[in-house]
Amino acid sequence: MAQINDHHDAEVTPQPANKEHIKKIWKTALILGAVTAVEFIIAFTMEANMLRIAIFIGLTVVKAFYIVAEFMHMKYETKSLAWSVILPTIFIVWLIIALLTEGGQVLQGRM
Amino acid sequence: MATETVSMNRPKRGLWDGGQSPMNASYGKLMMWFFLLSDAFTFSALLVAYGMIRYSNLANETAVGGLGTYVPSQEAWPVPDMVFNAVPFLHGVHLPLVFVGIMTFILIMSSVTMVLAVEAGHRMDRRAVQKYLLWTIIGGITFLGCQAWEWSHFIAGSDTGISLADGTKFYGANLHVNEYGPQLFADLFFFITGFHGTHVLSGVVLLILIFFNTAVGTYDRRGHYEMVEKIGLYWHFVDLVWVFVFTFFYLI
Repeated sequence: MAQINDHHDAEVTPQPANKEHIKKIWKTALILGAVTAVEFIIAFTMEANMLRIAIFIGLTVVKAFYIVAEFMHMKYETKSLAWSVILPTIFIVWLIIALLTEGGQVLQGRM
Repeated sequence: MATETVSMNRPKRGLWDGGQSPMNASYGKLMMWFFLLSDAFTFSALLVAYGMIRYSNLANETAVGGLGTYVPSQEAWPVPDMVFNAVPFLHGVHLPLVFVGIMTFILIMSSVTMVLAVEAGHRMDRRAVQKYLLWTIIGGITFLGCQAWEWSHFIAGSDTGISLADGTKFYGANLHVNEYGPQLFADLFFFITGFHGTHVLSGVVLLILIFFNTAVGTYDRRGHYEMVEKIGLYWHFVDLVWVFVFTFFYLI
């Protein structure tokens, strides 16, 4: 055992890279880059309105999905792990609805 | 009868009855996930507060549809395109979103090199892990440098500035005065991007630690590179938060 600790360099032989896996990583990166590029085009060509905000939020959710599912490997975890992390975020959805309504009311009160 | 004896010897055990990990993940990885969930709550509280305060202020409509020139006002919420439109070495050129676009690209690329490091860790390839961790660290430090420039530009302000009640001119923003719009705009900018930047900074520190551990062979001796995976989860989360900050602070 002591020998392993003293000469750890020689003990481990790395396995060759899995081409398929690495291709998938770059494909995900390409999707993230492409979605960001689309966001830029929309930011410069489209007038600011509710539709543009909806498109931006939709594209952000797409990017978030690819980061969590592929980069953070969530797609390949057990269902119970994935749901116990994703389900509690329902409170964030509620927070958004509650506070944005509140913000509108505050503006009404100010005017 | 024979089947009954077999089932007597090996009692039926459910997934959650013990003796195995039902989620097929180690304690450390599971706790990293739940830490990130709690961190997601903190960040969404900040971003939703931004949304609420923005909606409770009037929108600046001086330059709607490309008509008219944009005039910053203390009463109306500023248009981010008109505030964050500077790029280093190009003073006075109106380039909205270009610099944050570069920052986004840097952070996404550092996320890619992080996954490549995790992938190399699965194969016990120490040299590749070292190489990709180093790229990730460089990406993180570059992002922090960009953010420092963004902050100093925001604090220094535009060439025009605003006139204060006592007749003096004020340029830029701090936590008490803000030339771009309502005071809370500057406060939220400092808090949200500052909180994200703090996460990037601690991420870089963690990356340097695991780079050191990889270099001295700690993970080879341990037999697995799971620590790289756990720090990787944190690093991707930082990238994920930036995606949301980018949308809600700079795009909308």
